[in-house]
Amino acid sequence: MSEVKLLGTQSSFPCARIIWALKLKEVEYEFIEEDLFNKSPLLLKMNPVYKKVPVLIHIDKPVVESLVILEYIDETWKHNPLLPEDPYERATARFWAKFVDEKCVLSAWEAVKSEGENKKKAIETAQEMFEHLEKQIAGKKYFGGEKIGYLDLVIGWTSLWLNAMEEVGGMKLLVPEKFPSLSEWTQNFIRVPAIQDSLPPLENVVNYFQVGLNYLRSLSANKS
Amino acid sequence: MASCVQLLGASPSPYVNRVQMALKLKSIEYELIEENPHIKSERLLKANPVLKKIPVLIHDGEPICESLLIVQYIDDAWNNGPSLLPSDAQDAYLARFWALYIDDKNVDFQWYPLYKELREAPTEEARKEVLDKIFEGLVLLEKAFLKCSKGKQFFGGDNIGYLDIALGCYMGWLKVIEEMTSIKFLDRSKTPGLAEWAEKFCSHDTFKEVVPETQKLVEIFKMVQGRGKPASG
Repeated sequence: MSEVKLLGTQSSFPCARIIWALKLKEVEYEFIEEDLFNKSPLLLKMNPVYKKVPVLIHIDKPVVESLVILEYIDETWKHNPLLPEDPYERATARFWAKFVDEKCVLSAWEAVKSEGENKKKAIETAQEMFEHLEKQIAGKKYFGGEKIGYLDLVIGWTSLWLNAMEEVGGMKLLVPEKFPSLSEWTQNFIRVPAIQDSLPPLENVVNYFQVGLNYLRSLSANKS
Repeated sequence: MASCVQLLGASPSPYVNRVQMALKLKSIEYELIEENPHIKSERLLKANPVLKKIPVLIHDGEPICESLLIVQYIDDAWNNGPSLLPSDAQDAYLARFWALYIDDKNVDFQWYPLYKELREAPTEEARKEVLDKIFEGLVLLEKAFLKCSKGKQFFGGDNIGYLDIALGCYMGWLKVIEEMTSIKFLDRSKTPGLAEWAEKFCSHDTFKEVVPETQKLVEIFKMVQGRGKPASG
């Protein structure tokens, strides 16, 4: 009976963040794959408010929302710290994590979904968001400094998952000429052993986003 | 050398109030620099170039943005007074999770912005729908209160903590909305724990000395409605 369980899906990057964190902390866990179109009673019981993955279950108690789960993991297993020790650096890491989830991810997805003239504008908006990340990583190997940390895990989706989004959306966001430091960081990131060993196949993630996009399009077709 | 703490903000903003409450609980002296949230000053744009919003805490020249992150920063950076976040990881998780829920911008889960929707509801049916959602949210928060408080008077236990601040900052504006709609949102018959908590919180100096009085907020609200701009930042 595992003390630590993770409800998730292989292709979801918020779930990947948690897998990476558990691996970096050398915590053993049982992964339970969820079908998001047919949510299990366990998922609905453990996350009644949002009904989403990832859900970390530690000694039968649920912990949800990936950024909050990362903080919980860091506080529960104290070796190999993910967040910086210095209060100002911690606040800065948390700020950028929030920015990534509220602005970067959403704007990238908007660029995937949009068509025509709107797509061009959406790509520009998304790239403006990435410029901030480019500035933050310039001159550093990782966002966490010499070793990967909390913010690297949060921005990790810009490696494989962004490639998948670009393929599904028929566009390029992370252009190496525009974002040389961020592009280099994605390559350094996926070479970290704990990360490399846990990357899902690209075609699975492409499929995952394509299914998601088709679903959203069908919802708006039904509304109009 | 004493540290220099400045807060860029505006006193009617519940997000600014959060930071003021945290500073007060930790007995930290600071200078409040009034900013007009609708006319962004050079100073604000320099301190928060990415999001261009208040509040911004400036500690010895370094800016920290986003109200809940600032509260966590204050807890991390100053050891005086009780911790704002619980020391137990599971309790800290609950505090963070519910604070996130309270601030959720996802349209399916918004709680506080529903009050604006309530005011703007075009029909009685639409109004009832919004009211139902608001009370659903309050019932969830009642459960959260019972879990987090563990029988004590605040979400943080004996002392006001992170989640008390996260929710409590809205109590001033909630009273304004109650006055304008004649609806009692924190109803003892529906959410007794929350109703009792609100009474205790609002009589505490942390609230009384930070949040402007209801009548002042009503005046501000009417003035802003007259200008056709959103009420709080």
